[in-house]
Amino acid sequence: MLRFIRQRALASLISLIGLIVMVFFLSRMTGDPAALFLPVEASAEMKDQFRELHGLNDPILVQFARYVGDVATGDLGQSLRKARPALDVVLEAFTWTLWLAIITMTLVTGAAIVVGSLGAFRSGGFFDRFSSMISLVGASVPDFWLAIVAIVIFSINFAILPTSGTGSVLHWILPIAVLFVRPFGIIVQVVRGAMVGALSSAYVKTARAKGVKSGPIIFIHALRNAMLPVITVVGDQAASLLNGAVVVETIFGFPGVGKLMIDSILQRDFNVVLAAILVTAIAIFLMNVLIDLAYALLDPRIRH
Amino acid sequence: MTLATTDNVIAAEPSLLVRMMRMLLADKFALSAAIFLLVILAIAIIGPSWLGDLATKQNLRGRNLPPFDWTRTWVWWMGADALGRPLFARIIVAAQNTLMVAAGAVILSSVIGTVLGLIAGFSSPRTGQIIMRLADVIMSFPSLLIAVIVLYVLGSSILNLMLVLAITRIPVYLRTTRAEVLEIRERMFVQAARVMGASSKRILFRHILPVVLPTLTTLATLDFAYVMLAESALSFLGIGIQPPEITWGLMISQGRQYLTNAWWLSFWPGLAIILTTMSLNLLSNWMRIALDPVQRWRLEMKGGKNG
Amino acid sequence: MAEHLLEVRNLSVEFHTAAGVVHAVKSISYHLDKGEKLAILGESGSGKSVSSSAIMNLIDMPPGRISGGEILLDGRDLLTMPAEERREVNGRRVAMIFQDPLSHLNPVYSVGWQIAEAMTTHGLAGSKAREEGLRLLRRVGIPEPERAMRKYPHEFSGGQRQRVMIAMALALRPDLLIADEPTTALDVTVQAEVLKLLKELQRETGMAVLIITHDLGVVAEIADRVVVMEKGTLVEAGTVREIYKNPQHPYTRKLIAAAPGKGVMHEPGARAEPLLSVRDVRKTYGSFEALKGISFDLMPGETMAVVGESGSGKSTLARALLRLDEPDSGTALWKGRDLFALSPSELYKLRRDLQMVFQDPTQSLNPRMTVFQLISEAWVIHPDILPKARWRERVAELLAQVGLSAEHMSRYPHQFSGGQRQRIAIARALALEPQLIICDEAVSALDVSVQAQVIELLDKLRREMGIAFIFIAHDLPVVRDFADHVMVMQQGEIVELGTIREVFETPRQAYTRALLAASLSPDPDAKAGCPEPPAADAEILIPKRSH
Repeated sequence: MLRFIRQRALASLISLIGLIVMVFFLSRMTGDPAALFLPVEASAEMKDQFRELHGLNDPILVQFARYVGDVATGDLGQSLRKARPALDVVLEAFTWTLWLAIITMTLVTGAAIVVGSLGAFRSGGFFDRFSSMISLVGASVPDFWLAIVAIVIFSINFAILPTSGTGSVLHWILPIAVLFVRPFGIIVQVVRGAMVGALSSAYVKTARAKGVKSGPIIFIHALRNAMLPVITVVGDQAASLLNGAVVVETIFGFPGVGKLMIDSILQRDFNVVLAAILVTAIAIFLMNVLIDLAYALLDPRIRH
Repeated sequence: MTLATTDNVIAAEPSLLVRMMRMLLADKFALSAAIFLLVILAIAIIGPSWLGDLATKQNLRGRNLPPFDWTRTWVWWMGADALGRPLFARIIVAAQNTLMVAAGAVILSSVIGTVLGLIAGFSSPRTGQIIMRLADVIMSFPSLLIAVIVLYVLGSSILNLMLVLAITRIPVYLRTTRAEVLEIRERMFVQAARVMGASSKRILFRHILPVVLPTLTTLATLDFAYVMLAESALSFLGIGIQPPEITWGLMISQGRQYLTNAWWLSFWPGLAIILTTMSLNLLSNWMRIALDPVQRWRLEMKGGKNG
Repeated sequence: MAEHLLEVRNLSVEFHTAAGVVHAVKSISYHLDKGEKLAILGESGSGKSVSSSAIMNLIDMPPGRISGGEILLDGRDLLTMPAEERREVNGRRVAMIFQDPLSHLNPVYSVGWQIAEAMTTHGLAGSKAREEGLRLLRRVGIPEPERAMRKYPHEFSGGQRQRVMIAMALALRPDLLIADEPTTALDVTVQAEVLKLLKELQRETGMAVLIITHDLGVVAEIADRVVVMEKGTLVEAGTVREIYKNPQHPYTRKLIAAAPGKGVMHEPGARAEPLLSVRDVRKTYGSFEALKGISFDLMPGETMAVVGESGSGKSTLARALLRLDEPDSGTALWKGRDLFALSPSELYKLRRDLQMVFQDPTQSLNPRMTVFQLISEAWVIHPDILPKARWRERVAELLAQVGLSAEHMSRYPHQFSGGQRQRIAIARALALEPQLIICDEAVSALDVSVQAQVIELLDKLRREMGIAFIFIAHDLPVVRDFADHVMVMQQGEIVELGTIREVFETPRQAYTRALLAASLSPDPDAKAGCPEPPAADAEILIPKRSH
């Protein structure tokens, strides 16, 4: 198991380095920060000074080497926009995103397991058809559209929920509700599929021959076996939330890492972009390790 | 005991096309989805030349005209946008770009991904490993972010949008194809072909690919919906398609600032996206069963019962 | 009437499928008394397992439907019983074991937990259930039962898993044990041990046993009475001896006649120049030695049977000879040239001479190709054998040769039965006009009556075309009427090699004798080698039920 994690860490490290290289060079091609950060009437001299100050006049390879050296010592540089260490800016935003992702995925997974399992148990029944329809619609809705519709209904027409920002519990309701829909639709379908398979398996037949009740057959015998594919998909969905629910965060003015990345790219705040990528990549790696552990916990055949 | 088999009665069965049609008729959801998609496809092809002028002509007296005004011609039934252009006509015209980007991205990614997957699954383990690591790198990129950066560098055009979306989806086909190839190449009928002396090319294209193809078709259908959503998200963020070109996602974005007084600007294009992705999902679910010889009976049974 | 423990009356079950309604069993009736051992004998598609699934309420409805009849347990109809009461019957009064214990045990729970669950489900306290589980594991002969309780199904061997299943089924000391093909997937020696265990336990507990099997040998070994099923109907019933000695129904007669091992044994001709000469072939997978130096000669037109249990290396040998896997060392001279040293282009030419027929025709025929495409593929690959214009004609000839007809050419494999598919696979092998055909368990997946037909076909080909065979099997009787020489393999080594007569009549090695003893005779009077143990000294399975 430890060896496996080490291998995974190594593979992740390689792709992380690839990612940083690519983002570093690509982002440098998107335009000149000096033009954006200084007032339009700034003189060429001022711009040059600005570039000098931030080391933007050096050849790009030199900039890169310096950056790699800094990252190795834990220094991710300053945010041009906020004049604070980039890492601090990112971690602050990431905390918001992390909570959003954890709460949403917990709700999604719990709900999807219950709905998908019950649908599979009476497959073809009314509840199954109803929940299949709901999950299908859920998996098909663009989240930004849903966000807009939700704002129109709850914030404008009924004026019961705030449209944007943070501060109270109420501010969390709309982003979570909107982010809930698509993963829920997708995961219900996966749970249902896996459970239909598990419930028609030979070991469930044995359990029925032993006289085991329906409840334990679904939630003890079948569910644990059906969880493996479900966990994979939950992981994928959680990863895309951790990468920043860019659109939803933007619409709701939620100060998460997705919004931060977009804003930083638009304003050429490279250090923040790179720090954000690093932090989310590490977070996703850690999550994948947790998922592997969950596999091993659920299935003894994987354990050794 | 004779050498002839005990029963020479062998089940006759109709051709695949006939069976497919029957199975489609048996599932009324999939049938309506298929019909809806055909209509959308037709609209996408003729839309711009048919309603192009109408959809771009500004009409300042009809700004933010509300929907359901049945006294006007049908193109106004969904209302008009901030420049007084009929929404119904604009949705029809925007279908072309929306579908073209998605179709282009799906075709590109599926072809490249499948070819790489076949190579990764069938060639030496080392080549396979290299290709897989490459896929890992692409997978570990936050795809939306990469799209944002690339589109910034290359500028946003329909072609670039297709390319970016295609790149992010290649690993999906690559992994599926490789996993299937690894499994199928150990199957008995492939071994039998090897015993007869079949070349690798023959085994790959005659024995393995036909078995993988149904899975890939199902996957591509599902992915079409995914790519459509991704494109609309990019256009919504303002880094996808640029005006005066339009897609459904861009229309939602354009309507956003009028949310308080003209909800229909964003609502209708969103509905178009939902109905299309839902149809694709339904069709893909149907395909998963219809193309699987083990599951197929479920649909055929239903068809038999209905008549 | 009501004194029977179990009585199935006029039971009919149907399944709705794409091809229409299939009547799986048609109004069958049988009964079983306390302590009695009844066998249901039938081939695939006979519906032999359906009635037991109905007893256990395991039929999925839909697509299944019980269209008529009743199942009386102590006079009460299970089919009209309230669901909760019906559930209580399972495990407590009637228990069941299945053919494939690996897939029938839940892979993610320890076997101790699963055995205990059989008891806790019916109200026993957890600690008591675990105690009983330990006792049961010890009784069914699992080594180190304490440790075994915590182990998972994949950590046991096939035979041990079936013992675990048996322990689980007997946990509450049921009145009736249903065993659905309990030993089919097991090696012959393991099969003999498991059957012996079942017999002992039956005697200890006095339970009734309903055994479902396709194997006359199992029937003879374990049952008192037998009912024979064919295509959903019950064609004959009687004591095992009556049925074997004096079968009335033509189907029963056919089944008994098809049992292998009764024909005239071959006497190999004089030794000549060998067609294939194998010397010291070795193959290891990691640290596992699959082949530890195999050497033998095969004469032209001769049949060499390779017999061994799972893990003996017999299939590895076949794959090595065909270069599907590369051996580590050794030589195999084919008409004087070393097979293992051939270049790809030489190998391609050699493919024509050396063909293979696989175990499972369902898997060895590409499901998306027609019969014509399957057979003519040989000539696509080797274009110089036959001009394209003659392909149809030749396919028709080959089909006729294997007992199929030319009009089957445009059909797909799934439209044929198992035996017919194996004929197609044989026709495909013949298309290349080979001199040696390697049959890897080519008849193991087939029903007994079909098995006999296919072997007869192979025998005909050998006589008429002079083809040599390497015939791999896991069971000795199958090869008795067909082979010239037998090679018995165990753990990658040849234990014994001789003519059919030598090996069957005067086996020199203990392992060969054990194999011979373990293969079950269909004759109830010729009981297999393991003597019946006295019941008295066996540990009593479970103390009397306390509630």
